[in-house]
Amino acid sequence: MKILKIIAIILLVAFVGIQFIPTERNQSDTVPPTDFMLVHNVPETIQNKLQVSCYDCHSNNTQYPWYNKVQPAAWFLEDHIKEGKAELNFSEWDSLSSRRKKSKLRSIVKQIENGEMPLDSYTLIHKDAILSKDEAEEIIGFITQLKNSL
Amino acid sequence: MSKLKSTLGIVAIAFITLTAVSCKDSKKEQESIDGHQSEMNSGEDHSKMNHDNSDGHHDGEKTEMAMGGHGTSEAVLNDYFNLKDALVADDNAKAKELGAIIATSFGNLDVSNYTDAQKASLKDIIEDAVEHAEHISESDIDHQREHFKILSKDVTDMVAITGTKNTLYQLFCPMYDGGSAWLSMSKEIKNPYYGSKMLKCGEVQKEIN
Repeated sequence: MKILKIIAIILLVAFVGIQFIPTERNQSDTVPPTDFMLVHNVPETIQNKLQVSCYDCHSNNTQYPWYNKVQPAAWFLEDHIKEGKAELNFSEWDSLSSRRKKSKLRSIVKQIENGEMPLDSYTLIHKDAILSKDEAEEIIGFITQLKNSL
Repeated sequence: MSKLKSTLGIVAIAFITLTAVSCKDSKKEQESIDGHQSEMNSGEDHSKMNHDNSDGHHDGEKTEMAMGGHGTSEAVLNDYFNLKDALVADDNAKAKELGAIIATSFGNLDVSNYTDAQKASLKDIIEDAVEHAEHISESDIDHQREHFKILSKDVTDMVAITGTKNTLYQLFCPMYDGGSAWLSMSKEIKNPYYGSKMLKCGEVQKEIN
């Protein structure tokens, strides 16, 4: 019993302790003129879906739910966001050349088609980020059309 | 006594937390060191591979091109053909190695002798190609083939600017992903998109040079 109590105290202290370790927050008040949504004429339904399903990790502005401000969840998220933005950053979309854009659009289509994006670990918590079959098809159709027009 | 124990516990936890944090940092450092090392290694592999090729022991088609030096488009082409052969042979591990190698040779491509417009195009091609090559270096074979398609386009566009001293063939497989092209030194069809599954699928689309 005593040992349980000690373990509980230890865990609590550790939990509180790690909260003081700073993390980098991915947040911005402004939408830069290079943003994908500003550069292209994106239908509203697709805008909303991209915003909810992709922008948390692929833009300069993450909508943090409360539990992602708490460690160790925040660490996990930080790494994902860094990695996600390195691959594709919708906020800086227009700084890419048209070759690079086509390349990225092609990858977007492939990733959605293969069900690799949005990540399972993300949709597990963000149920609203799951793409239904229709939504996926709609996005793929739009992105493909955009790619062919570039 | 129990107070002493919990104090000890707290100290221990503080220690563990700090260690964990420093581990996190050192892991990053380690990664960047590894990155450098693999770059260096691929440099070594590169020279080794060139050697293999000049011996003519390559199991794919003959890549007996006169070796271009470091930083030339001929070096990129040579690495590209080796990568293509690995995909033809369904060799995921070798394609990974070669993906890293062509990422390096593309990155080293010297663009200083071209016009400003050509420089800009080449830089764009290089940036795109390096990214696809890096993905090839860490993917399964299906992904490698997806990226190889765009890499082939990048290499083709590069050759349009740099030229090459050898005759190349642009081959085309109408079945893969709505139609996909690749380059080869030979007219013989050996399909890198399907490998052994459909080795002969394709046709000669164009002769370059």
